[in-house]
This record gives sequence, structure tokens and C-alpha cells, in this order.
Amino acid sequence: MSKTLTLNGQMISAREGESILDAARDAGVSIPTLCHMNGVGDVGACRMCLVELAGSGKLVPACTTKISEGMEVNSDTPQLREYRRMLVELIFSERNHVCAVCVANGNCELQDLAIHVGMDHVRYDYLYPAENVDVSHPMFGMDHNRCILCTRCVRTCDEIEGAHVWDITARGIKSHTITGLAEPWGEVNTCTSCGKCVMACPTGAIFKLGATVAEMEKDREKLAFLKNARERREWV
Amino acid sequence: MANKVKLATVWLGGCSGCHMSFLDLDEWLFDLAQQVELVFSPIADVKIFPEGVDVALIEGAVANEDNLALVKRVRACSKMIISFGDCAVTGNVTALRNILGPNNAEQVLQRAYHDVQNLQPQSPRFVVEDCVTNTLHEIVPPLLPQVLPVHAVVPVDVYLPGCPPPAPRIRAVLTQLLAGNTPQMIGREMLKFG
Amino acid sequence: MQDEVATLLEKTASTERMAQSRYSQRIQVCMGTACMALNSEQVKTALEHAVIENGIQKQCQVQRVGCPGLCSLGPMLRVIDKTITAEANEPRETLYQQITPEVAPAIVTSLTPAAQPTSALDAHRCEVADTFFKRQVKVVLEHCSHIDPERIEDYIAHGGYRAIQSVLTEWTPQRVIDSITKAGLRGRGGAGYPTGLKWATVAKANSSNGKKYVICNGDEGDPGAYMDRSVMEGDPHRVIEGMMIAAYAIGASQGYVYVRAESPLAAKRLRVAIRQAQRAGLLGNNIAGSAFHFDIELRLGAGAFVCGEETALIASIEGGRGQPRPRPPYPAESGLWGCPTLINNVETFANIAPIIDKGWEWYAGIGTAKSKGTKVFALTGQVKTSGLIEVPMGITLREIVFDIAGGIPNNRQFKAVQTGGPSGGCIPEKFLDMPVDYESLAKVGSIMGSGGMIVMDDSTNMIEVARFFMEFCMDESCGKCVPCRVGTVQLHRLLSKFVDKTATPADLIKLEGLCKLVKHTSLCGLGQAAPNPVISTLNYFREEYEQCLKPSP
Repeated sequence: MSKTLTLNGQMISAREGESILDAARDAGVSIPTLCHMNGVGDVGACRMCLVELAGSGKLVPACTTKISEGMEVNSDTPQLREYRRMLVELIFSERNHVCAVCVANGNCELQDLAIHVGMDHVRYDYLYPAENVDVSHPMFGMDHNRCILCTRCVRTCDEIEGAHVWDITARGIKSHTITGLAEPWGEVNTCTSCGKCVMACPTGAIFKLGATVAEMEKDREKLAFLKNARERREWV
Repeated sequence: MANKVKLATVWLGGCSGCHMSFLDLDEWLFDLAQQVELVFSPIADVKIFPEGVDVALIEGAVANEDNLALVKRVRACSKMIISFGDCAVTGNVTALRNILGPNNAEQVLQRAYHDVQNLQPQSPRFVVEDCVTNTLHEIVPPLLPQVLPVHAVVPVDVYLPGCPPPAPRIRAVLTQLLAGNTPQMIGREMLKFG
Repeated sequence: MQDEVATLLEKTASTERMAQSRYSQRIQVCMGTACMALNSEQVKTALEHAVIENGIQKQCQVQRVGCPGLCSLGPMLRVIDKTITAEANEPRETLYQQITPEVAPAIVTSLTPAAQPTSALDAHRCEVADTFFKRQVKVVLEHCSHIDPERIEDYIAHGGYRAIQSVLTEWTPQRVIDSITKAGLRGRGGAGYPTGLKWATVAKANSSNGKKYVICNGDEGDPGAYMDRSVMEGDPHRVIEGMMIAAYAIGASQGYVYVRAESPLAAKRLRVAIRQAQRAGLLGNNIAGSAFHFDIELRLGAGAFVCGEETALIASIEGGRGQPRPRPPYPAESGLWGCPTLINNVETFANIAPIIDKGWEWYAGIGTAKSKGTKVFALTGQVKTSGLIEVPMGITLREIVFDIAGGIPNNRQFKAVQTGGPSGGCIPEKFLDMPVDYESLAKVGSIMGSGGMIVMDDSTNMIEVARFFMEFCMDESCGKCVPCRVGTVQLHRLLSKFVDKTATPADLIKLEGLCKLVKHTSLCGLGQAAPNPVISTLNYFREEYEQCLKPSP
């Protein structure tokens, strides 16, 4: 059944049970996202896709909120723009993101988002945590300096590959992405070396060994394709 | 001369790549020279940052005590300052030593001047006698405990990111400024870091 | 069959009452965590020895009870002496404070027939009891400190399990929900959501596999708050009975009590209570011969504050990482294992049995128009008498701070009272005469919260208070969403700059902006409420922040 709702003052139609994000994208309205990725479940963690519901003025994540008849949604208000910029700044302040020396420079969703929200500098203090780079895997590497804890690798490995090599340990600012039982990636024998996590990672945190600055291109739609192919038998 | 805009460029803790990119403006530099007077720059032989500067482009992060003193003087003497390039805006590569903790200067110097040197490892820390003033001073300014982006030390008016900022981006900013407008830093061409 | 349980309850109650009536003197020793930390167990042993030594074991009973509330004066004990009647033919009750194993024998000696008047106990007579208890109304804590929490018989003798028995035999689930709704009970976990409405929602929710769950949230974690722990320690059967009534009303057959492992005594008492209720046939299949099946399992949490958030708590019970998820769907539709789940706080459940027993009209008669009943607070900070109190809704803060707690010690002035823990705010002196209810507290920028109440005198630095709570939230953030994970750290850094007096006016702007961001964009209540202590201190004590700004060069 289809439903009608208002997005940024425009009436749009959407399928019942669809998320605000999907409905908006169908209608050609882009809402910035970071932890969302086509093909894996949503967690509503990055808060980039927050939209405002008219009436209550409540902010809800577009990725996990289902549409309903007559809903009035605003995805682009001055307030939301300011919040999104602050959130991107917070992410940049959290770890050691140095675009100039990053494998994903030019192919990075975080970098793109910074441009999108108009971040010309970070007003908060950088935290400069001491992070490791795990290059124990024969094919891939993990640079925690660039990890934004979006858990896309975790969900990809769990939901698409079915190996659940990745997870998160500790909490708060000490949260960390881990492989296996917090072992070096190369020693995790459940890893199938499929490389899907490399594709899923929005930044340069997970990369192919040997890739140098600005060389690491990622094909994220492949993951959604795989999932569609398996579940809906759509091979094109 | 009097009505020309007084432009300064400053080189703090950075690789001078931003200045190289500035020089990549090529023949437009001649047009620029018609409109500005370059009053201080690594490419001009001026020792003391002058007063009454209109626009100062600051390359590099604040990494040592000389940088700190200079950036404060630049702020005090300039109407508008521009964080010029990623090191000035974010700390960038210059600030990578910050992850070593709050007191990393010794570690960094040890690594750079001893551990990786095979010929005559020595610290760049000579105390020399200044024959003019007859005082002792260190030849190399002491490193700050943490490398800071410029805006962490003094207020900044315009941020011009990029490592280095491409010449067209520098030109776009300067053109807008010379036309009396606030530069609009919007979109990939103007804002991409790295 | 149904009569069997009624008979069982009656029989147990009368046997117990008879056993207790054999004693004309009773010494009740507080065995709550606070008093036990002060050796009340040794006090009890010393009392028992002294009773035997004095040969009065046939008339004098030494009893373990829960917390009477005067936790700063522990170990506490109460002597009930029927041989001496006070007013209105009531046996004389005397409260003693700060009893050591060495002093204990003197108490027993004073109860012997040959006792001589002595001044040895004068220092231990609890002088503040009159004022401390005068304005309190005990509903939730009515049995705490009067019954032995580890004996189901004692609970039954005090009217326990009568409510569930009548509910099962005479009430429809709808009538139970109506009663709770009309009583006006609201969630005691802090947000104050109407309990009856919540129950009705879960009762109406469809479960795909027919299962529904009841969860008791005992993950109390506010710094300095121990209301729920005291209830679980002092009257665990009351919580179980509340859960049973809830389960009957919504149609659940399985319940979970989620207690943090950091409250081992509460967990132990609940475990004992669950086992006793199971043995008595009050938990299990065909309870009271009805078609009602219900059992309870105890789940220990590892002590993460965020697990008090319902979706995180459910994830933790399921064995997953204790992290919240976006709502909707609310647990009432899709909770534990995807089934409709009712999740209420310990104190909420402890309010249920008396509402059923004494009627919703009685309950609705206590409190204010919108906030009914009583609220338990853990009163701490700079007051003369701190401890656990239960007051009717609508009492003023001034009555709590000055009448019950005796005011501010050391000749200092009152400055603020903090309610709601890390999610609450600081209330300044001008609102002291405001009634304590959900709406009034929210209006002045704080919350009712689960019941933490910290009183501060004029020596308190409000920025340090805000920083303390921010540090707590920063440590307890689960790290899932960006604003809470990073925002709280940046807020803490900014507050530290104010404490160190190195902040600039730009930092004040950043601080306010970040508070707004974290409040509006965080995923769960932890993050959304984390800036509250900063916002409220900025509101009422802004000059303290401004005084900390770095002098311009």
C-alpha cells in the first residue's frame, strides 16, 4: 500500500513500511548519511540523517524511522544543517583524520560529508588518541586512526558474509572496532578474506595492503547488489 | 603604492607546499602584484612582521615557540588572517606528533636527530652567543608540547583548506577578497581537505 | 483449588503472627547494605549472644530487617517492647543509632526485668527520628525495616500476596489496568510515563508467538542513589508481587528482574525471595489454581549505566551488547526477543500491591493533581541527616531539606539541590517552595529522576558539579551515537577549562552549542539528558561560569 507524506513542503508518495530515508531518495531528495549503507541493517548511530518531524519538532533518524500517512518531514532546516556540521566536526576531532596522507583521500564518505556540511575547520579540540594500525592480515589493513565506529564493517561481515569477524569492544570514547576476540586480524581464522568490509568502510580505516595515498577506491553498491542477488534473485 | 592592499604570507610549521601552490598562480601573480604590496613573506627579505597589514596568509601549524610568538604578532598587526592550507587549519601532518602524548618533544627530537641518523647524530640545540646583543640564545626554538592549528591560538577570519590548497582555490579566495567580498567557502572546489 | 492458596496464605500468616506474638520484645537490626558496611551483622550476632547470656531468649527476638532510612546514622536498630506500652496502648518503640557490637549487649541488658536505668545508651538514642519520620508517608517502604526480607512468612503475615490472590480469584486483567490507571501511578524510573497506559498498551499489543514479558528494571545507577536497591533488599516480595499483578494484567508468563551485580545483597535477597515464592506455589504454573502461569528469572547486569535505558536493558538480557536502539518500535510492541514487553522500575512495581489492596481511591488521594502517591528519595549531600526517605508527591523541597533532613550543617547556607542524577538539574534556592512533582521539577529544568537528591551548600562550585556529572556520562556513554560518544568528551574538556580558569568567551558559546546538540541529537536518554546539569547550572549560576573566563590579555 502506498502512503503520502510531505517532505520539505513537497507531497511525496512512499511504500508502506519504507524508511523516511528510502522514501526521500526515491523522491530525489538526498539526506546525508554515514552509518547507513544499502544492503545492511540500519542502526541510527551517526545521527547524520536526523530529520525534523513537524508538530512535535522531534528529530528522528531517517534511516530507522518508518513513514506514515500524512507525516510532515523536514530534512533541511538551518538547525539541522548546523547540527550536521557539528557532528562531522566531532567525528573529525575524535580520531586522527589526516586527509593529506590517507589512502581514501578523494574517495572518502567522511571527507565528502565535510564538504557537504561546509566544514572549513573544526572548532573543538582534537583528542589525538594513540591508535594502532593492524596490518597482520595478508591482504588488508585496519587503521584505527581513521575509524569512525559506524559499524558498517561489523554489519557487513555479520549480515552479508555471515562470518561476524568484526565487532565493537569497550564503551564510550574508548569504543574500538575489533576483529575476532580482539585478536590481530591476521590471526582470526573465521575471516574469509572476502574483502567486503574493505568495500563497506566509509573512510580509509579498512584498506587493501599496498594502497597508497588517495588510491583506495571502494565499490559500496556491490554489497547491496550481493544482498539483492541472494534474497531477490536479481542478478542485474 | 598607498592604496594597495598590504599582503603578507607567513610560514609556520609546514612544508612550504602551500607557498609552492601560491607560486603556481603563475602569470596571475603579475595581476596580483598590481593590486597588492607584499610586505612580509618567506619569499621577501623582511625580518620583522610589519604593522598595518591588510591580509595575512598563514601556512603551517603552530609547532614551536617562534611560531607562537609570530602568529600572535601577525594577529595583532593584521586586519584579516587566513589559515592557509591544512596544517594551519587542522594541524595536519605537523600535528601527527601529538598522538605521542603531551610531552612528545624529546621523543620526536630523539627520533629525528639520533635514532635515524647514521652520521653524527646530534640534537639541534646549540646555545650560541649573539654577537650583536651579547646574549646567549638557542639556535633552534623549543617545540611546543602540542602542535596547534592557528585558530586554537588566535582568532582566524577565513579558512582555506587543502594540502596544498590548489592554485585556483587560492586565486578564488584572493579575488573575492580584493573585490571586497567575504570568500564563500562552499563545495568541493573550495573546501576539500587533503 | 483457588481456596487452597487463600488458605495457605491465611495459615502461613496466622502461624507467623502467632510465632511472633510469643515474643514480647523484639530487636530489629537493619541489614541493608549501608548498615552492613558498618558491621550490623556483627551487631546482630552480639545481640543474639547477649539475649542468650541474659536468658531472655524466650521473650526477646533479634530480627533482621531492611533499611529504616537513617543511613548516615547506622547501624540502626529498633527495639519494640510490648511489656511497656506507650501512647494508645502501642508497644514502646525505640530507635537506636550507631550501634557497635560493643554497645549491643547494653541494649539487651536494658530489656531484662532487672534492668537498672542507665545512661550508657543515651548517646545512641536516635534523636532525629521524630523530625526525620514526621513528614514521611511510607507506601513503598511500609514493610522495609519492619519485616525480615529473607522470610516469605513475615511478608505474608504483614498482608503480603493478598493482592495477587484477590486479583487472580476476583479481578479481570482489565480491572487491574483500570485501577492502576485511575490510581494515577506514574513510572518511578524518572520519566513519569503513566503506568496504567503502559500496561494497557502492552496488554493490547499482539505477540506473533503469543509470548509477552514483564521486566523489572533494577539497574539503578545514578551516583548516590539507592532507592531501588533498598526496596529490593528490604522487601523483595513486594517487587515480585507487583510483577505478578502486572503479568496477569498484560498476559505475560515470564518475568525478568534485572539487577546490577554491584548490588549483591539485593540480588541475593531477590534470589531467595523468588525461590521461596516458587516453593509456596506463588510462582510457576497454575498459580492459585488459576490458568495463570508466571515465573521470574534474575538477570545480573555488569553495571553499565546505559543498561537502565529500556532497549539497552533488553539487549543485555538477550545476551547482547548493552546498547540502546532507536525507538519506535517501543518495547511495548517489540521488546524482549521481539515480543511485547512491559518494563517498569522497581519502585513502580513496589507500588502495585498496595493500590490493589487498599484501592485506587486511597492511592489517588495522596499527592498532587498530576503526580499521585509517594516518591522515595535518597537524600545525600550537605544536610544534617541524610538517608532514604519516602514523601508524598507535592511536598516542597524546603520541607525535605529543612524539616526532614534538618537543614544545612556547619552554619553554611543552602545553595542548590540536585535531583535526577546525571540526567537532572540543579535547583536554586528561589524554587525551594516549589512542590516536588514531575511537572514542577521539569519546569525548572530538572527531572524527578529515579530519586537521587543531592543537597549542596554555598561552598559548592557549580561548575565542578556539572563537570562531575559530565564525567559520569562520558564514562557511561555506550559509544554508539556520535553526539554522546564524542560530545560528552568535548563538553567535559570545555568544563575543565572553566574549572582551570582558562576558558575564553568563545568556549562559553561552544559549551552552550554543544549542550544543545547533545541534548537534541543523541540516540537515547543518557545522551539526551547528559547536558542537563550543565544547562541548569548555566541557567541559575551563570555568573560562576563568567567569573572563570580567562582575563583578556
